[in-house]
Amino acid sequence: MSLIELKHVVGGYGGAPILNGVDIAIEQSDIGVIVGPNGAGKSTTLKAIFGLLKVTGGTITFAGEEITNSLPDRLVPRGLSFVPQEKNVFTSMSVEENLEMGAFTRRDDFSDTMAWVYQMFPVLKEKRRQPAGELSGGQRQMVAMGRALMSKPKLLMLDEPSAGLSPRYVIEIFETIVRVNTEGVGILMVEQNARQALAFASRGFVLANGQNRFTGTGPELIADPEVARSFLGG
Amino acid sequence: MTELIFFINQVVISGVVLGSIYALGAIGITLIFGILRFAHFAHGDMMTMGAFIAFLLALAAAALGIVTPVPTGFLVLPIAMVIAAVLALGIDKGFYAPLRARGAKPVTLLIASIGVTLMIQGLIRLFFGAGTYSFFENEPKEIIRIDTSAIGSTRPLVFTEPQLLMVIVTIAAVVALHLFLTRSRLGKAMRAMADNADLAQVSGINTALVVRVTWIIAGALACAAGTMLALDVTLKPDLAFNIVLPIFAAAIVGGLGQAYGAIAGGFLIGFAETLAVFNWTMVLRPLNAVLPEWLQLPSTLALVPTEYKLTVAFVILVVTLLVRPTGIFKGAST
Amino acid sequence: MIRRSLTLFFGLFVLILAVGWALGAPFTSSRLVEAAAYALIAMGLNIQWGYGGLFNFGIMGFMMLGGFAVTFISYPVNAQFWAGDGPWMLGRALIAFGAGALLVITARQSKKLGISGGWHVAVTVLAWFIAYCLYRSQLDPAAAYIESAAGGGWVGGLGAHPVLGWLFGGVLAAGVAFIVGKICLGLRTDYLAIATIGISEIIRALIKNMDWLTRGTLTVSPIPWPVPQPQAYQAAGNDLATSLILARGGFLVLVLLVLAIAFFLIQRAYGGPWGRMMRAIRDNHVSAASMGKNVTARQLEIFVFGSVLMGIGGAILVSFVQIQDPSSYQPINHTFLIWVMVIVGGAGNNWGALLGAVLIYFIWMISEPLARSIFDVVSAWSTNVGWGPIPEIESRSAQMRVFVLGLVISISLRFAPKGLLPETIRREA
Repeated sequence: MSLIELKHVVGGYGGAPILNGVDIAIEQSDIGVIVGPNGAGKSTTLKAIFGLLKVTGGTITFAGEEITNSLPDRLVPRGLSFVPQEKNVFTSMSVEENLEMGAFTRRDDFSDTMAWVYQMFPVLKEKRRQPAGELSGGQRQMVAMGRALMSKPKLLMLDEPSAGLSPRYVIEIFETIVRVNTEGVGILMVEQNARQALAFASRGFVLANGQNRFTGTGPELIADPEVARSFLGG
Repeated sequence: MTELIFFINQVVISGVVLGSIYALGAIGITLIFGILRFAHFAHGDMMTMGAFIAFLLALAAAALGIVTPVPTGFLVLPIAMVIAAVLALGIDKGFYAPLRARGAKPVTLLIASIGVTLMIQGLIRLFFGAGTYSFFENEPKEIIRIDTSAIGSTRPLVFTEPQLLMVIVTIAAVVALHLFLTRSRLGKAMRAMADNADLAQVSGINTALVVRVTWIIAGALACAAGTMLALDVTLKPDLAFNIVLPIFAAAIVGGLGQAYGAIAGGFLIGFAETLAVFNWTMVLRPLNAVLPEWLQLPSTLALVPTEYKLTVAFVILVVTLLVRPTGIFKGAST
Repeated sequence: MIRRSLTLFFGLFVLILAVGWALGAPFTSSRLVEAAAYALIAMGLNIQWGYGGLFNFGIMGFMMLGGFAVTFISYPVNAQFWAGDGPWMLGRALIAFGAGALLVITARQSKKLGISGGWHVAVTVLAWFIAYCLYRSQLDPAAAYIESAAGGGWVGGLGAHPVLGWLFGGVLAAGVAFIVGKICLGLRTDYLAIATIGISEIIRALIKNMDWLTRGTLTVSPIPWPVPQPQAYQAAGNDLATSLILARGGFLVLVLLVLAIAFFLIQRAYGGPWGRMMRAIRDNHVSAASMGKNVTARQLEIFVFGSVLMGIGGAILVSFVQIQDPSSYQPINHTFLIWVMVIVGGAGNNWGALLGAVLIYFIWMISEPLARSIFDVVSAWSTNVGWGPIPEIESRSAQMRVFVLGLVISISLRFAPKGLLPETIRREA
């Protein structure tokens, strides 16, 4: 049984549905990457999992339980975490407070988790008293990921983690994601840098018009001539 | 020296007292704005409501024969604050929460707060009529005089016991609020939600809980502010209605959503008002001995006549909006 | 939609008849005149809020300006004032005001002389301060003199026709609205709400305390009517009730005429390109601005137009009750009452504003006698069971209507957020 499984999910923001039957299945050991053209419903899929929009058809199960249309304050304690693409740090709060907010749903001692996050992002430990709004774009992305990891998730969802970062940081962020995965956290992410992301994806999903077009491992999809021509720019 | 002491009595003491009241009111406004994104116009009436709750409790305490060295109004204040907090929660549940659930725009909530204003006003007047009441009908308002002849003044430093207690209560409330916002899990969650509500939700923060805590704090502080105002002046049904403008001015000057800004703004407006209506001739009179005949000071030399005190808060508000709309502490601008 | 309107207006008509039957025709005819004036004011707010999305919490201030205007224009001339030194002293105050204004304008231009940064701010602030002191130094003695017996007590009126006073009320409100709008429009809606509350409180403070100009809390009465008064009909041999109804009927016709003209003009303007543009701006500032519409200028127009109606309405009310009493103005009875009218009636729909105004005004007026009779019943019951009567029924029932008003708006927002007659979305072909 998969860690998370979407079966024919349909949903949108009230008007015409944006998702017209999306199927996704991921294990905890996987790095899943969703790619596709603009407006294909990539980010919408993540938001649908996280209860941020109304799912009108299909089911979403996580760790064996149905979570369709559950709200974040139920999902986070179950082991699901989400890093939005924009505005993903509390700018007026210090780095450490940002991390604490990620652990809001935990009532146990989370100092070891914080140590783990600091070990993963040493630069954050240096700047832990600084307001997150004063950090650079790459460092903010680290704060955002650190915040999401503080709840000790089984699955971390990232919405275009490399957007707006310089090439050097893009590689660094991807390396971090792989490292998080090797520490036992499943990854499901949306990426514009499709070719680069699929290269390390164990599961790849190509969406178009709110539906699955191709599914396979990342390298398989890169090798598929049709995928390459239509979705990866040749 | 006599003039200096007079200045302290007239300006510093009343400025501090007025500033304390404004600050406590403005904190509520700013917190509600930060969390729920609407201007809560019923806040003045929540203050009046709190003052009447404290008044009823004080009457009950007097009827039970409870006598303490502290004025009864302060003795019952903690209980009154608890009741006011519960009522604030009830008001939210009854009138604002259903609109939020429907996804109403902030302006709709603003209009709803007018409805709440009217209902609170109506109920208070229904039960208490239009008359004025005083907390000090059965006990004296103690006046503290400190002899200042040692520094060469003929006047003593004068303030009342309630004024002293008010400053203490305000300091206690501000320190407690500061500790809550910076140390506690819920307080940090409140700051997080004011900073970025969407991300707070995504982080799993129980936003409904934060909203409840906001109303509890706002309601309790409004009760304290209203009771203090009633203790300083008198208690009447439209006690705090005219205070809506200064407390909004304080919250905006401090930057909407910024609790510390609201405190600073409250004291700024409080001092500005007191300074503006202060009769400077009283302090500058010694100059008359040096000044030539034609430049003698008039008997009243105030920047603004007392009747137009409200103009001060308004001018500060407008200047802030024009020069720095996000306030001196850079609050939420959207 | 039309059917719904007809049903609702018919219901309103029945309500008015019922009130007339229960409380008498003279009472009802008075309330109708007032309701018509309130309808004019509600239409003003409907333009501002319903069409323009502008939050005006300062309606009371504009109504007071109207009241002052009609008093000033139509009250008989105070000969004693004009005979004394008062006019000359006021003229000097006016000159001081002009000089001060000139000084401030010069200071603001001082950038061109190479004064910049902190110095510019300092010069501007200093200019404001000097101008203020200059004006006060001339005005204060003038005010003191006029208020003394020698000065005539107050300025008095001009003795002109009251309808001119109504128009002047509109002009005065327009002037103030222009200044307020210049400063505050373009800010967020809730800031505008707070700023307008401030303006209206300041106008109230001014009218209440400028005794030399308005007689302040001493009140001015009787203010003449634009139509024959009941006494005139009585002198012609009618009995009291008939003369009251005839006179008030005459007044009502005049007010309805004003209302009809305003209504016709607004409907025409709103149906045309101007109205389309206003809707576009209200619904989406940003896209309207990007299409090259001057959003702030249009909003200023709408704010001024709406305020004109409020000024005229305020003037009509004062004319009708014949007394200008600044202490009778309360934000609850004026500003918020009108908000309830527009919200309940249906913001953005003039028929809705009209319906809401008359309906809410009648609810407002009858909830007092209604509350009193309920209190009487409860009081009789509580006396029976030995708890004693309810004290001060009179003043309590007067306050009951405030609560009723709050309840009405809360219920309306909850269950009919678009009002009884919602805005009709026209599909442009």
